[in-house]
Amino acid sequence: MGVDIAFWVLAVVGVAAALTVVLLRNVFRTALALILCLVTVAGIYITLSADFLAGVQILVYVGGISILVILAIMLTREVQRGSLSNKFRIPAFLVAVIFLGVMIYTMVSNPWQISAAPPLEPTTSALAGMLLGEGGFILAVEVAAALLLAAILGAIVLVREK
Amino acid sequence: MTVGLEHYLILSAVLFSIGLYGALAKRNAIVIMMCIEIMLNAVNIAMVALSRYITPALLTGQVFAIFIMVVAAAEAAVGLAIIISIYRNRETIETTDIDLMKG
Repeated sequence: MGVDIAFWVLAVVGVAAALTVVLLRNVFRTALALILCLVTVAGIYITLSADFLAGVQILVYVGGISILVILAIMLTREVQRGSLSNKFRIPAFLVAVIFLGVMIYTMVSNPWQISAAPPLEPTTSALAGMLLGEGGFILAVEVAAALLLAAILGAIVLVREK
Repeated sequence: MTVGLEHYLILSAVLFSIGLYGALAKRNAIVIMMCIEIMLNAVNIAMVALSRYITPALLTGQVFAIFIMVVAAAEAAVGLAIIISIYRNRETIETTDIDLMKG
C-alpha cells in the first residue's frame, strides 16, 4: 500500500517535471525541472526494489549529467533567448501522441506473464555477479570502460582552446 | 487499485512521449539533449519494471539499465562538448541557425 502511494506521487511529480522541461521558456529552470525528474526516476527504481540502480541514478544523473547540463547552459549564454519551439511543433505533438497511444495499446493488451516470485533484495551483490562473474557481462563491462575513456578524451579534445 | 507492471510501462511511455515531443520540437540544442536524457530514463524505467515483474530473480533488465546509463553519460559528455564547440565557432546553439550543411 505504501509502495502504491509512493508510486503515484513519484509518477505525478515526474510527469509534471518532464512537462515543465518541455514547456518552460527559461532554460535554467528547465534544467532544474530535469533534475527533479531524474530524482523521481530514482524513487521509481526504489519502488521497483532496484536499490543499486537508484543509487547509481542519483550519482550519475543527478550528480554528474545535471552539472554538465547546467555548465553548458552557463557557458553558452542562451538563457536570455529561452527555449523556443521550431516550426515542427504541431507535427511533433501529433507524432508523440500517436506514439503514446500505440505504446499504451500494446502494453495494456499484451498478456504479460507476471512472475509471483518476490524481488531480489539487496541487488548489489547479485548485480556484481551478473556483471563480473562467470558467464556474465564481463566483455560488455570492458567495452563500456573503453567507451567511457574514448568519450572523456573526445570531450576534452572538442572543448580544448586552440 | 494495486500498482502493477502496466502502470510502470505506461509511466515510461508517457515520459518517453514527452521527451520525444521535446526532442523534435525544440530549437535549443541543450534542451534537446535534456529531452533525450528523459527518453533514456523512460526506457530504463520500462527495463527495470519488466525485470522486476517478469523475471525477478535474473536482474538482466537492471544490467541493461546500467549499460544504458553508461552510454547516456558518455553521450552527455560528448554532446555537450560538441554544443560548446559549436557555440564558440558560431555564437549560437539554435538548431535552426546551425545550417552550414543545408543545401
